[in-house]
Amino acid sequence: MGDDFHPAQPIYLQLVDRICREIVRGDRKPGDRLPSVRDMAVQAGVNPNTVQRVYTELERMQVVLTRRGQGTFVTEDAERLRALREDLMHERIEAFVRDMAEMGFTGDEIVRGVQAFVEGGTRE
Amino acid sequence: MTVIEVGSPKEERVVTETPIVRFEQVSKRYRLRYAVRDLTFSLPSGRIIGMIGANGSGKSTTLKLMAGLANPTSGRVWVYGQEVTRRISRVVSYLSDQDALYPFYTADELISFYAAVFPDFDVAKAREMLDFMQLLPRQRAGELSKGNLGRLKMVLALSRNAPLILMDEPLSGLDPLVRQSILKGLVSFVDLGRQTIVMSTHEVAEIEPLLDTAMLMADGRVVDVRDIDDLRSQDGLTLVDWMASKLAAPQNRR
Repeated sequence: MGDDFHPAQPIYLQLVDRICREIVRGDRKPGDRLPSVRDMAVQAGVNPNTVQRVYTELERMQVVLTRRGQGTFVTEDAERLRALREDLMHERIEAFVRDMAEMGFTGDEIVRGVQAFVEGGTRE
Repeated sequence: MTVIEVGSPKEERVVTETPIVRFEQVSKRYRLRYAVRDLTFSLPSGRIIGMIGANGSGKSTTLKLMAGLANPTSGRVWVYGQEVTRRISRVVSYLSDQDALYPFYTADELISFYAAVFPDFDVAKAREMLDFMQLLPRQRAGELSKGNLGRLKMVLALSRNAPLILMDEPLSGLDPLVRQSILKGLVSFVDLGRQTIVMSTHEVAEIEPLLDTAMLMADGRVVDVRDIDDLRSQDGLTLVDWMASKLAAPQNRR
């Protein structure tokens, strides 16, 4: 028990992010049941209130849904899951591009650099 | 008193309306020395609250004032809506930092003893926790290792269905694996729908992910009470950073 969390972001948001990634990666499939609040709290080494907040946030995002008395499940809405995948990609791209722009790279340079990297796996 | 059930997703953090603990201008003096001075604060219910600060900053005294084990020299203390007297122990479970268990009692006998003294003691929960902590029911408290004694004290404190559970340094002097198993037991068995935990500790970084709220003390005063999520999202600080920044600022020292 006791995962590492980075500073400067609330722990519940880091857990939301982690679960979204697990869903996009396919580690949690559509319709899968998430662990109970308490089990998830023990696994992640956090407070049950924090997990409750995580589940409420995921529910608000319509990534999971809670069936009373049965638990919390990953949505089976394929459209929503596709959108989640896109969102995560854009989030990472945005952070990357902002970082590159800060160092003075142009859009063209960034695109060329990424393309070369993806194709060759190495530098230009 | 608002009670939220962990597991009901709709009522997110509807926990704060009635404070579980309220201090109004409380001072406690032992002979000539003030242990705490002019404490005014309240703590929300349904949370795990960490009390942090240096040795001698007044944490233990503050916990004893909540538990009815010390009387204020001046000021007033309320717990669970009642003004605190010695009888507050009916609604407050207190884990001492001393080795306060009768050494000749076995774990099983201690459970029976606690069940006889405290009507809210949950024997089934205690047995389950004992098992979870891998403690043997027949072993005498006096024969336990320091780590297992720490585990047993946690079992006894958490097995009461009391609205307020106070723990004075439950992790102090224990090795990392024992600390982890005690914290795991805490998360597994606490019922935050009905209970609030206030624990003092020096293991600040280790405890942070388990806390909702932190209360920082220095020189017998309360420096600040903050929610951990707010510290991170508003100030970009971990609990350790926050503590360091607060204690370094001269206006917070006497």
